[in-house]
Amino acid sequence: MNKHLKMDERQSDVLADMAQGTVGRELARSEGPLKVSGRAVYAAESGDGTEAVGVLVRATIANGRVASIDAGDALALEGVLRVITDSRMVRRPAQGTANGAPAQDTSQVDHFGQPVALVVADTFEQARHAAHLLDIRYGVETADIDPETAREVETPEGKRLEQGAFDTAMDDAAASIDAIYTTPSQSAAPMEPHAALARWDGDRLTLHGAYQMLKYNRNELADALGIHPDNVRIVSRYVGGGFGSKLGIGPEAVAAAIAARAIGRPVRVVMSRAQVFEMTSRRSETWQRVRLAADRDGRLTAIGHDARVSNLPGEAFSEPVQIATHFLYGGASRHYETRIARLNRTCAGSMRAPGEAVGMLALENAMDELAHHLGLDPVELRLRNIPERHPENGKPFSSRGLADCLTTGADLFGWNRRNTRPGAKREGEWLVGLGMASAARSNILSEAQARVRLNTDGTATVETDMTDIGTGTYSILGQVAGEMLGLAPEDVTVELGDTAFPPGSGSGGSWGAGSVGSAVFLACQDLRAALAARLGCDPGEMTLKDGVATVSNRQTRLSDLVDEAMEATGHIEPGDTKQEMQQAAFGAHFAEVAVNSVTGETRVRRMLGVFAAGRILNLKTARSQCFGGMIFGIGAALTENLVHDPRDGHVVNRDLAEYHIPVNLDVPRLDVAFLEERDPWANPIQTKGIGELGISGAGAAVTNAIFNATGIRVRDYPVTLDKLLPGLPG
Amino acid sequence: MKPFDYERAVSSNAAARAALASGAHFIAGGTNLLDLMKLEVLRPDKLIDISRLPLRQVERTGDGGLRIGAMVTNSDLAADPRVRRHYPVLSRALLAGASGQLRNKATTAGNLLQRTRCPYFQDTAMPCNKREPGSGCHALDGFNRNHAILGTSESCIATHPSDMAVAMMALDASVEIQSAAGKTRTVALDEFYALPGDTPHVETTLDSGDLVTAVLLPPPLAARQVYRKVRDRASYAFALVSVAAVISMNEGVLDHVAVSFGGLAPKPWRDRKVEALLSGKPPSGALFQEAADRLLAEARGYGGNDFKIALAHRTLRAVLRQATGLTQ
Amino acid sequence: MTKIQTGLRINGADHRLEADPRTTLLDALRHHLHLTGSKKGCDHGQCGACTVLVNGRRINACLALACMHDGDEITTIEGIGSDESRSALQEAFLACDGFQCGYCTPGQICSATAMLREAADGWPSHVSPDLNGPVTLNAREIAERMSGNICRCSAYSGIVDAIGQVAKGGVK
Repeated sequence: MNKHLKMDERQSDVLADMAQGTVGRELARSEGPLKVSGRAVYAAESGDGTEAVGVLVRATIANGRVASIDAGDALALEGVLRVITDSRMVRRPAQGTANGAPAQDTSQVDHFGQPVALVVADTFEQARHAAHLLDIRYGVETADIDPETAREVETPEGKRLEQGAFDTAMDDAAASIDAIYTTPSQSAAPMEPHAALARWDGDRLTLHGAYQMLKYNRNELADALGIHPDNVRIVSRYVGGGFGSKLGIGPEAVAAAIAARAIGRPVRVVMSRAQVFEMTSRRSETWQRVRLAADRDGRLTAIGHDARVSNLPGEAFSEPVQIATHFLYGGASRHYETRIARLNRTCAGSMRAPGEAVGMLALENAMDELAHHLGLDPVELRLRNIPERHPENGKPFSSRGLADCLTTGADLFGWNRRNTRPGAKREGEWLVGLGMASAARSNILSEAQARVRLNTDGTATVETDMTDIGTGTYSILGQVAGEMLGLAPEDVTVELGDTAFPPGSGSGGSWGAGSVGSAVFLACQDLRAALAARLGCDPGEMTLKDGVATVSNRQTRLSDLVDEAMEATGHIEPGDTKQEMQQAAFGAHFAEVAVNSVTGETRVRRMLGVFAAGRILNLKTARSQCFGGMIFGIGAALTENLVHDPRDGHVVNRDLAEYHIPVNLDVPRLDVAFLEERDPWANPIQTKGIGELGISGAGAAVTNAIFNATGIRVRDYPVTLDKLLPGLPG
Repeated sequence: MKPFDYERAVSSNAAARAALASGAHFIAGGTNLLDLMKLEVLRPDKLIDISRLPLRQVERTGDGGLRIGAMVTNSDLAADPRVRRHYPVLSRALLAGASGQLRNKATTAGNLLQRTRCPYFQDTAMPCNKREPGSGCHALDGFNRNHAILGTSESCIATHPSDMAVAMMALDASVEIQSAAGKTRTVALDEFYALPGDTPHVETTLDSGDLVTAVLLPPPLAARQVYRKVRDRASYAFALVSVAAVISMNEGVLDHVAVSFGGLAPKPWRDRKVEALLSGKPPSGALFQEAADRLLAEARGYGGNDFKIALAHRTLRAVLRQATGLTQ
Repeated sequence: MTKIQTGLRINGADHRLEADPRTTLLDALRHHLHLTGSKKGCDHGQCGACTVLVNGRRINACLALACMHDGDEITTIEGIGSDESRSALQEAFLACDGFQCGYCTPGQICSATAMLREAADGWPSHVSPDLNGPVTLNAREIAERMSGNICRCSAYSGIVDAIGQVAKGGVK
């Protein structure tokens, strides 16, 4: 059985008519017991102890070619099996949804720290030491490592847009802002280092890996190895965080597969933490110029958002910083331009909310600057500029709770207690201020399939190659199936992360829940139809709850109804509603910070996010997703800075001691509230993505609060104490 | 990590003798050594495990001070009731460092001897005069936000990362050392560390085979003790600047004054001229300004760390205000 | 190369390890003894994912040589609780959603287990107002004491709530 839906039109809210009442509940993660007891098995742990261990070796030049590798000393060591250099090895990870191999041939060096070889030994200790003993000679070429001086800077036509009379609007404005904001490179830095364990059975490869999007990853790996995808199986049942850095297949996977084939034994390759910083994708640094023009009442007449980002030569991805600027606020005249500097730095790719995460820092700071300039409340300024339709293409919004989020948030947070005069509130050494920002994140539906099986004992099993990278997918898919089939959560088993299952959407772009959740929903609709047929009624006349089907007054246990397992596959595809409607999730962030007037240290005291993201499938996991995003925002605002050496571009702070992601004490009490919303244009379960909504705008609320606390506007992220010191009272 | 021979020392004497062998290295908590061995920054041929030597006691000394065994963990020392009560600056400094897990493993001697966090020291692909004498200092023109502004040389601008040692410096601690020949000597902590000069790889005045057996604290003073650490994260981060102060007041003037600094120099920094300037005078904003000016008169920034001059200036003044009860 | 014999008592059972002296306690647990609950996040004591208890105290197993722990009593997440009987902290982490991807979770729970003991013993922390006073495990104290365990998913709110509940005796 198979049910397919192309999202060409508005969908009715079928879930609302179901009886089980499991969707939307605040349920603990279904895989939680495994995780809290240490029994969830991650990629590096999936071996049986017979595997050899591979350690990647880094390039120590920024640009050029490997002239020679003398592996004599390494191979002379006890236990060292092979030093692998192979033209199929990849020198950077694949971009999200690439579906083909990333740049291959590691003898070409594009950036300091890229992989150039793999040392394989019986044990980790042997391989790690041997990796230091390779004598590598290079042919060095001139490198570009500074975006300010890069020889090659592209301005693609597709990254330019001019609407209305932008310059005139700026000139005629009652109030205008023209400011430059910069953000540094950042690293996703998931807690689980990137890992792969490859095992061959004849021509068939099984790879346990830490990846987010298996259906693409399989094709990427097969393409890199030059084999048919049917011969590749990838398993990623548990993934220790990704945040974009595990979207595409990486050097560890291809190297592990090649090595395992070469030595005829399974091989495990796990990146060191330093390699995670050097070899997995970074978020590009950005230079952003935001221009705002407004009339006396604060109504925008023009928005300009120009950017310069960077990536390696030949990489198509560029950080789309203007993504939310296009639709968040009105203003007849608009101007956008993106330049891409070609640099010999670690490959830039998608990190949590590519675009919004850093683009909204600039936009929402500029809005704060405009509000201050106009003497207008920042919440009010935003309320006045919510456009009726998409200001560039006129599309209607599928659903949009922005105004409610702003006003509800202001209420809940006590925004009216904010001092409008910056630097006015002092508590001992601390200067205290409040700040806010809007949140917006485009909603995307991605093609997905899932299989649902109704077992003879009245339980159900969901299968898809979708991954759960901490997002709560195990839980919410079980809830959707449970709701549709009338089963308690514990009676639904969810199996994920195996390309042997139907291809899901993958985890990325916040599209997982809506896409795979809809595939599960469709499969269940099919099963419901089949059950109804057995009961001789319309599906609408049948109520499924707690394992029992009720038609009129007749009750039948599902276990009695299902004599042979019933199976259905749901398949969802994006359709016309994608083109016709502007789809995004919205929200508002509020932050209170204290800045130490002696040292410039900033501590966030409390933070609130109010979000409207369509149906919330599981209040607990959804809230956690938002907390996570908000804390990423705190990191971006205050501490995170992947530093490139000014001479060779290498990542200087390539460890967790010096790349400062927030620790527990950096994070204050956080609150999240969701507004009731359904989005019938997004997908049949009426959800919108939330994984990236929480970060969008979050950091700007923090830095706007710093301005309110101190009167100092730092436009160069992160706002570390050295940047505040010059402006603080003596 | 290079292969090594492992040997567990049965006594301090045996340990010190074993350490005479070329390429031998003591290991106790290992939190810093193993970190650097994994990076191949340190490549000992032989590890002498001293973690089980009977050096885990914190004892009263005859003069009313404290003798802290070299193997006392940072946690135990911070929680020791005598330290908490009489040397609170030391407890505070210890608790401001690292994490609960690391403090449980790290030892007193190991903390004194921990190596710099300079990223160029930690990366074998980079030149570093400390790691490889004569290869150059990559921090001078590189990323040097965390680097030193006092006591540097053209060879090295790395900082000493310890919090504990900064407090011990302000407490006039000394280090008890046993030589390979079995002789015990005591060295003032200030004399224990060497400035980089042309030999940044030499960080202490220890000789081959020397084993640190204890840290000695003089009898406690009736003094205000303050430790203030400024860092990028609220916790689990190294100091950008830290200040330890032990200050007593007598009839309205500063009497005993000991102030030391972390994050500013290649060693825990103490400037007696600053203390002399403060001693005997009534607290005032002007006096503290003068003291901070004096401390930083010869400070030199290297670009990324220029801000440390202002930060140290401000932090010292705030600590002096706090320690003397001067309201702003 | 000579391997070293080490006797470890792990979760109440005796294990004999014969391994390269370079083997860390963490790698011994994960890859020699197949106790993979302890995680490797950084291998340099900078994240806390590898936290285990040695003789009742929390340490980073990545910065410990297995051979230096001969005879020591080691507790890993596998010894904190089982499926049949989860510890109060494990229950509280589930209830408060004190994790997302789960990779830092065993370390968080081991760390919290030992941290509660430290607090009960009256150990002060960096944020304790009084070094000599009684320890009150409020949110700020918990956050400071747990700051050696990084969670990139940022489940800190749930982690603090979970530990706070157990500290107050609120869960099971």
